[in-house]
Amino acid sequence: MDKEPEERTDRIAAIARAHRETEGPALVVLRAVQEEFGFVPREAVPVIAEALNITRAELHGVLSFYHDLRQAPSGRHVLKLCRAEACQSMGAAALAEAALARHGLAWGETTADGALTIEPVYCLGLCSCSPSALFDDEPVGRLDAARLDRLIEGAAP
Amino acid sequence: MTRVFIPADAGARAVGAEEVARAVAAEAAARGLALDIVRTGSRGLYWLEPLVEVETPAGRLGYGPLAPDEIPGLFAAGFLEGRPHARSVGFVEEIPFLACQRRITFARCGMTDPLSLADYRAHGGLKGLSRARSLGPAATVEEVARSGLRGRGGAGFPTGIKWRTAAAAPGERKFIVCNADEGDSGTYSDRMIMEGDPFALIEGMAIAALAVGARQGYVYIRSEYPQAIAILQRALAIARAEKLLSTGSFDIEIRVGAGAYVCGEETSLLESLEGKRGEVRAKPPLPAHKGLFGCPTVINNLITLASIPPILADGGEAYAALGFGRSRGTIPIQLTGNVRHGGLVEVPFGVTLGALVEEIGGGTASGRPVRAVQVGGPLGAYFPPALFDTPFEYESFAERAGLIGHGGIVVFDDRVDMARQARFAMEFCAHESCGKCTPCRIGSERGMAVIDRILAGVEPAKNLALLRELCETMRYGSLCALGGFTPYPVESALDHFGEDFSRAPQKSVAA
Ligand SMILES: Cc1cc2nc3c(=O)[nH]c(=O)nc-3n(C[C@H](O)[C@H](O)[C@H](O)COP(=O)(O)O)c2cc1C
Ligand code: SF4
Ligand code: FES
Repeated sequence: MDKEPEERTDRIAAIARAHRETEGPALVVLRAVQEEFGFVPREAVPVIAEALNITRAELHGVLSFYHDLRQAPSGRHVLKLCRAEACQSMGAAALAEAALARHGLAWGETTADGALTIEPVYCLGLCSCSPSALFDDEPVGRLDAARLDRLIEGAAP
Repeated sequence: MTRVFIPADAGARAVGAEEVARAVAAEAAARGLALDIVRTGSRGLYWLEPLVEVETPAGRLGYGPLAPDEIPGLFAAGFLEGRPHARSVGFVEEIPFLACQRRITFARCGMTDPLSLADYRAHGGLKGLSRARSLGPAATVEEVARSGLRGRGGAGFPTGIKWRTAAAAPGERKFIVCNADEGDSGTYSDRMIMEGDPFALIEGMAIAALAVGARQGYVYIRSEYPQAIAILQRALAIARAEKLLSTGSFDIEIRVGAGAYVCGEETSLLESLEGKRGEVRAKPPLPAHKGLFGCPTVINNLITLASIPPILADGGEAYAALGFGRSRGTIPIQLTGNVRHGGLVEVPFGVTLGALVEEIGGGTASGRPVRAVQVGGPLGAYFPPALFDTPFEYESFAERAGLIGHGGIVVFDDRVDMARQARFAMEFCAHESCGKCTPCRIGSERGMAVIDRILAGVEPAKNLALLRELCETMRYGSLCALGGFTPYPVESALDHFGEDFSRAPQKSVAA
């Protein structure tokens, strides 16, 4: 995570080169970079663009299109709360409002101590166990305020 | 050794299946019992998850929903011998929710170990592929055409015709693309197959490849499904090791999406697979002529592809014998939201919406009256109970200004505010628009503002007329169904629940 920028640049170039055989590699490479660093650092764009032989503008267009791709690090824990219809029918809107208020966040923001990011998501395929969420990639369903609090408090700081 | 089955499906995990599985293993160890714990997919009876099943000479008995601290008591009650416990649900196959179904595509899901090829074979797997091999490409395509199978991704296009077109298209390279983007809210059948019966998808894609002459396949899976991605990855490795797939003749690669709903639209998906922004392409050319990297491409929904092996194994006619009107075979329906018995229901087309919601689903989870159901995802219409006689099939829904989409039904009780649901439809469209067409990109933003004004009591008659006009513009001025179908939820809310738009100014949008 805390690598020096040059070291990071070298690593990004290596990731991009590793996908040179992949057809249509840009999104795959961006995902791989995010996987490693938790976000796509600013210096990644020229490095990847050069390695894949596409323009920076084109790559930036891809980076900005997809909701998943981050241009800044997230908190140590990420809570993706479902805002879609099946979860709405079971009170997801009130649940989300309360969770955001409790942590003093708006959608997509991270707490000041860097512990938690809360993001919106539109359906997790857990619609018969709604309201639901993904907490650090682990699915959770039949959520209520108490269960959500326990989940967040039970996570390592 | 006694066999105990516990789902590893994400929906079961979401309500504690991992903790229950650990508690079962720990209790067995404490009692010095040797147990064979099989991790399966889900049967799709989600209100009973975590559901633990035990094999007995008379059949599989179920216990659920279970919490980890109930496990010692379950052993003490003698569940391994099938004895009763407060959580007993009897023989799983006799539970009315399951007994009334006709499982073809989901025949194995929740029954078998999803990563055991031996299980897969023992339960009818690979028969379809071997029959396709003996039939050859042309007869395989005709078998699919005879089944009457229509795409389960939403548009309901006949799969046989799509395959015929791709098979006839000239080209050295052809592709099979599985659309596992499953973005519609209220749907998860693709996920259940990936987690519960992944070889069915692999077999279906292998048959498609044989039929049209493709050597490379892609599965495009949404990133919101980390468990499904991991299980399918492992299933692919097994399929390669066992020579089900072999690089050179046919291989499959998984590509993970990046949180864009519009990438479920087939041409946007192809752009995304090519590593670009997921902007929708104008048609023609059809993907079957010029698809991925400009090559002839069959792009099918995951359920479409997973329905192919049984069609080849048992013949297209057997499949076509089921159904209603021009909707042939079975459809996996997902009962979701505020519903008492939420889960997966695979039935022949033609069951009424009311039978699904009230009888099979048992009404709402809250016990309050059903007020509205949204069918077919975020672009689907809201139906009131007055339309519950609508048969679940493509044409009957179209006649009533609705769609069945990917088979999702979201149930709402009488506390729902339909004006707010209409506003959400516009908000979702604005959030997910690929930006190519003005009516979709700007119209949806304006739609939100107009609904806000109506709810604030600002010139309601004029703004209601404006909202109708906006819907018209979006319907006719959009390149794809994101902008083009967003009017379905909005107009159905206006048509069937108009009273919710005239409660201003007592009611605010944020309420
Ligand atoms: C906005 C939008 C989103 C879509 N999302 C999906 C999806 O998530 N999964 C899917 O299979 N089809 C989706 N479709 C339909 C596809 O464009 C296409 O019809 C389908 O993949 C074809 O496969 P089929 O014939 O097997 O249904 C979507 C369409 C639109 C307009
Ligand atoms: S309707 Fe919307 S999502 Fe579809 S192509 Fe146009 S702008 Fe893109
Ligand atoms: S709508 Fe929330 S999980 Fe599907």
